[in-house]
Amino acid sequence: MPNTLNVGPDPDGAGLTPDTVALLKERAQHVRLETVRLISIAKVGHYSSTFSCAELFATLYYDAMRLRRGEPQWPDRDRFLMGKGHAAVGLYPLLVDWGFFPKELLDGYTRLGNPLGDHPDMTKVPGVDFSSGSIGHALSGGLGMALGGRMAGRKFDVYVMLGDGEMQEGQVWEAALSAAHQKVSNLIAIVDRNGFQLDGQVDDIIGIEPLADKWRAFGWEVHDVDGHDVVALATLFRALKGDAARQRPVCVIAKTLKGKGVGYMEREAGWHLGYLAPEDEALAIAEIMGNGDAA
Amino acid sequence: MSGLNAIGPETGATSGPTSANSWQYRQINARAPGLSYLSDALSHLVDAGVPVAAGTADLQYSNGLVRFAQRHPDRFIQFGISEQNMVSAAAGMATTGVVPFVATFASFLALLCCEQIRMDVAYSKLPVRLIGHHAGIALGFYGTSHHATEDLAIMRSIAGLTVVAPADGPQLAAAIKASADHPHPIYFRIGRGQEPNVYDEEPLFAFGKAIEHEVGTDLTIITCGTMVHPAREAVRSLRASGLSVGLIDMHTIKPLDRTAVLAAADRSRVVLTVEEHNILGGLGGAVAEVMAEAGSKARLVRHGIMDEYSLIAPPTHLYRYYRLDAPGIETVVRDILA
Repeated sequence: MPNTLNVGPDPDGAGLTPDTVALLKERAQHVRLETVRLISIAKVGHYSSTFSCAELFATLYYDAMRLRRGEPQWPDRDRFLMGKGHAAVGLYPLLVDWGFFPKELLDGYTRLGNPLGDHPDMTKVPGVDFSSGSIGHALSGGLGMALGGRMAGRKFDVYVMLGDGEMQEGQVWEAALSAAHQKVSNLIAIVDRNGFQLDGQVDDIIGIEPLADKWRAFGWEVHDVDGHDVVALATLFRALKGDAARQRPVCVIAKTLKGKGVGYMEREAGWHLGYLAPEDEALAIAEIMGNGDAA
Repeated sequence: MSGLNAIGPETGATSGPTSANSWQYRQINARAPGLSYLSDALSHLVDAGVPVAAGTADLQYSNGLVRFAQRHPDRFIQFGISEQNMVSAAAGMATTGVVPFVATFASFLALLCCEQIRMDVAYSKLPVRLIGHHAGIALGFYGTSHHATEDLAIMRSIAGLTVVAPADGPQLAAAIKASADHPHPIYFRIGRGQEPNVYDEEPLFAFGKAIEHEVGTDLTIITCGTMVHPAREAVRSLRASGLSVGLIDMHTIKPLDRTAVLAAADRSRVVLTVEEHNILGGLGGAVAEVMAEAGSKARLVRHGIMDEYSLIAPPTHLYRYYRLDAPGIETVVRDILA
């Protein structure tokens, strides 16, 4: 796959070792596999919305973010918020990796008494920085964290992953105006531009293009990136972290494929929500494993 | 001249208004002395080491927070006209250890931002302080969009949220200071800063502990917020005429002081709730729930806005029309006891 990164001349220039690249790819595959496994417990879930951001999850949690193992409340940690909270099923396995809660909790995903639901809940799940489920709140929440960090004199970055359908929520643009005005340079919005929402293609329902121009017009620094290219993603996030002179918030528009990793999910928008019977689950796992090896 | 300058201000014949009675928006603080209590109480918290931040949505003169902003510019966030963004951002700030107080008209805060309050603030158990000012029909002829006669009912039904309606500036200040170690989010419902004070100085304040002004056997008024002052005037007049009328300042709507309600219901033939709010779901509703569940024998009458949209008029005219001023409340009581 060609590198379509628009920053940095050399994809390996940021010092990404082959081991790191392999790890990021393997963890993205892990996200997909765990998503399939956990949804088999719930018997309904958001496969394709999670597959589209698997590389984003992996790159953020294994390369970009400053975290401390076993310390989900470390005050100086980088924050991660999800506007598209319905992809939380892909986040939980990574929080386990960081030792924020025991692996066994995953096995009871969505079952009575288990803290892990379809949407992430900060009051129940260690490592979840902000609850979501109501589309459109997260960027404001991230803005508040960035402002609070500034007031408290703490240095951390706040990453907010938004759906592209979420761009239709008015509150996103309230937050966009506010963040640019407040010059919160440690706020990084990531739009998972997978092109689909529940009822169909985003651009058929309420078009959002030209999206990069909109964010630029709102005063943000904008980067387009291939959301499945871990080298491109890691290079970009490293560059953003290294830019101490920046005076603006950043919007990363990650071009992604909804359902990435399972062919028919990539082609059929209905897989936004669904369930795979055991025989199809096995086929999907095989396909994901194959893709993981080939990538 | 070019561009925007072409339509910029021109030097006219006069340099400003000639009458001392003329005024413009930024001088509103002088007309609403009660507004200063909010800012001063927040500054007090800052001085006491509480990491307070204040925010508003383009209403820093209406709620007087400009006074706080001038004193603590690094602790003030102007969100512009983006109330929902402000509430969610306050939740985000609270996760970092800051104690945010965000203020806007009660109508916008409780109705427009209801979902942000439920999800980001109350459900998430974040110690955000929401200040809904100009509550009830205090914005008179600005119209229904600016009236909040539903906010107590809405906020009261949100689990985990403490709901307070201080009677005046001193009690607001006392409540804000008492909130320093209150672990839950709070909705403060206040007026427009022009109400006469009930309390000469900051009263003792404990969340959920009503203040009993008078004990009566004929009837007890349970009221809150801006209605405490006119209710107290009415009670004084009624008592002077020989009626045994009690008065309770139920400043905390949630958690409600059940003990105070039931004590009043035990000793009085009638309990009358008075609120600048729809009679459904607010203070009257809360008192009704307690009395009904306890099997109280006392009669309950709810007085307020009778499940309708208020007319528009200057606030004092509306209070008179809806019998929410002292003579009106007195008339309501006399009609009940007649």
